[in-house]
Amino acid sequence: MNKDFYDKLIFDCSVKGRRGFSLPVNVFNDNLDDLPAQLLRNEAPALPEVDEPTIVRHYNNLSTNNFGVDTGFYPLGSCTMKYNPKINEEVAAAPGFAALHPAQPDETVQGALEAYHTLQSFLSEIGGMAEFTLNPFAGAHGELTGLMVIHAYHDHNGDFARDKVIVPDSAHGTNPASANVCGYKIVEVKSLADGTVDVDDLRSKLDNTVAAVMMTNPNTVGMFEKNIPEIARMVHEAGALMYYDGANLNPMLGVARPGDMGFDVMHINLHKTFSTPHGGGGPGSGPVGVRDGLQDFLPNPRVIYDETDDSYYVSTDSPEALGRISSWLGNFTVELKALAYILSLGADALAQVGPHAVLNANYIKDSLKGDYLLPIDGACKHEFVFDGLADKSTGVTTLNIAKRLLDFGFHAPTIYFPLLFHESLMIEPTETESRETLDRFIEVMKQIAREARETPKVVLNAPHNTPVVHPDDTEAALHPVVKYSEL
Amino acid sequence: MSRHRYLPHTDADITAMLDRCGADNIDRLFADIPEQLRMKNGYDLPGEMSEPEVRRYFNALENENEPLVCFAGGGFYDRYAPSVIKSLMARSEFLTAYTPYQPEISQGTLQYIFEYQSMMCELTGLDVSNASLYDGATATAEAMMMCVAAARKRNRVLISATVAPYVREVVATYARYHKVELSVIPEKDGVTDRAAMQQMLAEGNVAGVILASPNYYGILEDFSGFADDIHSAKALMVINSHACALGVIKTPAEWGADIAVGDAQSLGMPLNFGGPYLGYMCTTKALMRKMPGRIVGATKDEKGQRVFVLTLQAREQHIRREKATSNICSNQGIMTLYAAMYCSVMGAEGLGQVNRLSYGGAHYLARNLTAIPGVSLKYPDKPFLNEFVIKFPSPEAADNAYYSAVSFGYLPGIRIADDELLIAVTEMRDSDEMDDLTQIFTAAVCPADNGKEANDE
Repeated sequence: MNKDFYDKLIFDCSVKGRRGFSLPVNVFNDNLDDLPAQLLRNEAPALPEVDEPTIVRHYNNLSTNNFGVDTGFYPLGSCTMKYNPKINEEVAAAPGFAALHPAQPDETVQGALEAYHTLQSFLSEIGGMAEFTLNPFAGAHGELTGLMVIHAYHDHNGDFARDKVIVPDSAHGTNPASANVCGYKIVEVKSLADGTVDVDDLRSKLDNTVAAVMMTNPNTVGMFEKNIPEIARMVHEAGALMYYDGANLNPMLGVARPGDMGFDVMHINLHKTFSTPHGGGGPGSGPVGVRDGLQDFLPNPRVIYDETDDSYYVSTDSPEALGRISSWLGNFTVELKALAYILSLGADALAQVGPHAVLNANYIKDSLKGDYLLPIDGACKHEFVFDGLADKSTGVTTLNIAKRLLDFGFHAPTIYFPLLFHESLMIEPTETESRETLDRFIEVMKQIAREARETPKVVLNAPHNTPVVHPDDTEAALHPVVKYSEL
Repeated sequence: MSRHRYLPHTDADITAMLDRCGADNIDRLFADIPEQLRMKNGYDLPGEMSEPEVRRYFNALENENEPLVCFAGGGFYDRYAPSVIKSLMARSEFLTAYTPYQPEISQGTLQYIFEYQSMMCELTGLDVSNASLYDGATATAEAMMMCVAAARKRNRVLISATVAPYVREVVATYARYHKVELSVIPEKDGVTDRAAMQQMLAEGNVAGVILASPNYYGILEDFSGFADDIHSAKALMVINSHACALGVIKTPAEWGADIAVGDAQSLGMPLNFGGPYLGYMCTTKALMRKMPGRIVGATKDEKGQRVFVLTLQAREQHIRREKATSNICSNQGIMTLYAAMYCSVMGAEGLGQVNRLSYGGAHYLARNLTAIPGVSLKYPDKPFLNEFVIKFPSPEAADNAYYSAVSFGYLPGIRIADDELLIAVTEMRDSDEMDDLTQIFTAAVCPADNGKEANDE
């Protein structure tokens, strides 16, 4: 990252009369100004007027104020910030896909439909499910779609009394939010001291008004829910379905499959487990898989393989389908990237992803557990949570530690989540980090712990080396300035 | 173990790391997983492909596609994508970043979102924009839920029949599960039937009304008086538009809308067989705290620099959980960078030129196609921007014309009825292509004269 803060907006670069575009001359006789005046804007939008070289420099300079996986280590818990392979970008940008209008007739897009169908079948194998839809645009959209599948299933059975969804108190915030959008009431189930679901508490909350139980496994403290077979049995006996939040799927690659754990519906974040870039907040992709018997409830449109003439077609009229949740087939080129990733790894290397991710997490955890408070001991999976420093006398908080890490060229871990602990510091290294990177991170974390004891001000006042220091969040929320004309 | 370029560890690394963990093999780290859940046989998936093999695989798939010269729209258009954008979008400092939760090292992302928000406010005329939703359809569904949340007790939302059918389907899906009573306002001669809307508003319980312009048929609707009708029923007015048109048409704010939504694919984004695109949403200051999605705000840092942060996060799922305004988390992130760069390259003048070229081309093509005997505009009296509906003399003629065009490498439009075609023209289509299409249609509709008439014109 550049230490010299580039602080211009493109609007600051604007000079009246400059232009950045290049378009054909208008040879047509019909003039837009012939339209009735009341249908046209009163004045042109105040967009910047900038020449091409200035635009290029502006955005390149902006990029140097940013930190990405390609810049450095990104141990952001539950976000699976693994390396984003370059071949993925290359294939996704190919004109043979990028130029396709979604309304092209099926016979002219067989390659695209085959890619979609192939990825859905690969994900089905990996998830232990019968079929996936790739239409959901992101993880939360996948959760919502999955809950709609569950809703449609209960509706189909005339089971209209089921108006609740159970989520653990350690769940990602999207779980209860998605359930609410889907019209469900939320019931929280407690976690035990080891971070796993309290089976007795869950049992007491299961009845014929429960539609589903949403879980991650491993959960958000990185522990495997070892009672999952019993939980699945209880939930199914109560007539409810098991939903798997795939945000934490990465450590399960090559290890276990959600379908075998008893889950009925799941989503996968392609932008986590399957290496597609996060893009500063998207576009993601959140495919949803279902076990056998639930396929008909998946949203329209669906891509169907027709064996008789070895071709693919798009079906938009599945009568039991939950409805439509996207205009077309989702973030299609993101799907291509995930397909390229699976093919690049192949069955064997893909099966090493989970073990290596888990090894990396345990390596950091066991290297640092003397300096940081580890509330839940034992082998973690892809991630683990420290409850701040082991030494509570220094006054240094998790936020201070996170900011101090920035000084050393590391992104901060996820902080103050899960809500089970006051000083949560949640670390997920992923499998693509080398031992040298992890060693350097461990060394820096130990140094920060030492600084907290010996020179606490250095940590309390961090960061020191970033281009921006301590933005005033309170002012931003109190007096929102949300566009250029308000500056 | 096999080595792979994405997996750095050597056997020696693994041994040393396991030693630190007090385990003699990696399997020990999974001892807590019940044996019956462990995978036994590995994945039934293809073996590893080398990079050249991956390229070959995707080339083969590409070759099974036939990208057609595009006269289809329906809200998604083949538009000029400046090469500047392609080059800058590849900056991996942008591409491989997460949501900008750490503003100290995320000013790049935060600034381009702020630019994007500023530009969307200029295009829609409204006060505040979020940092994107998934696509135009889900953005419209979010607007519906926002109307209901703002109205508290009322839970009925009206949507015009002239809104694109797949947008209406997505909105209807969300309505079904979110327990919103969704009613369709009928259309009259290709536009929203205002009298019907007034009557539905008078029935009461309406939280919001969703309209579109340009509507699905490409028609620019005249919403004069609509805002008064809707606001006197204490409902919110939502207008769906594709973003490019907003460079020239009357803005949602000028019509009196409270919420503007739609797809911003038309800002030069690749068609990508349906995604990723970009859903936008803008609203008034009064409704800002009801808006879903991320919002970037300006503030100062300790050094007194103008900096940007995610703000008003108390609306969001990671803070409010089930009480959040929406479940949205990841959205379309870097596509807002695309939109911001597009608007920077084009400016108001370029956006105007894009619309002028599209308007000129669309009217040129419409005139030529309707000179074919039996082919007519479905809504001849209605003003359109760059898209229009033609009627063929029969379903067979429409079939012939459509498939003949496809066989010549054209996607001539979207079939919206047996004998109707929705045709779009953008700045990417030149008069040669349009004359060619006219000739193909002429030959298909009137096989006898072999298209000569149109060609001689």
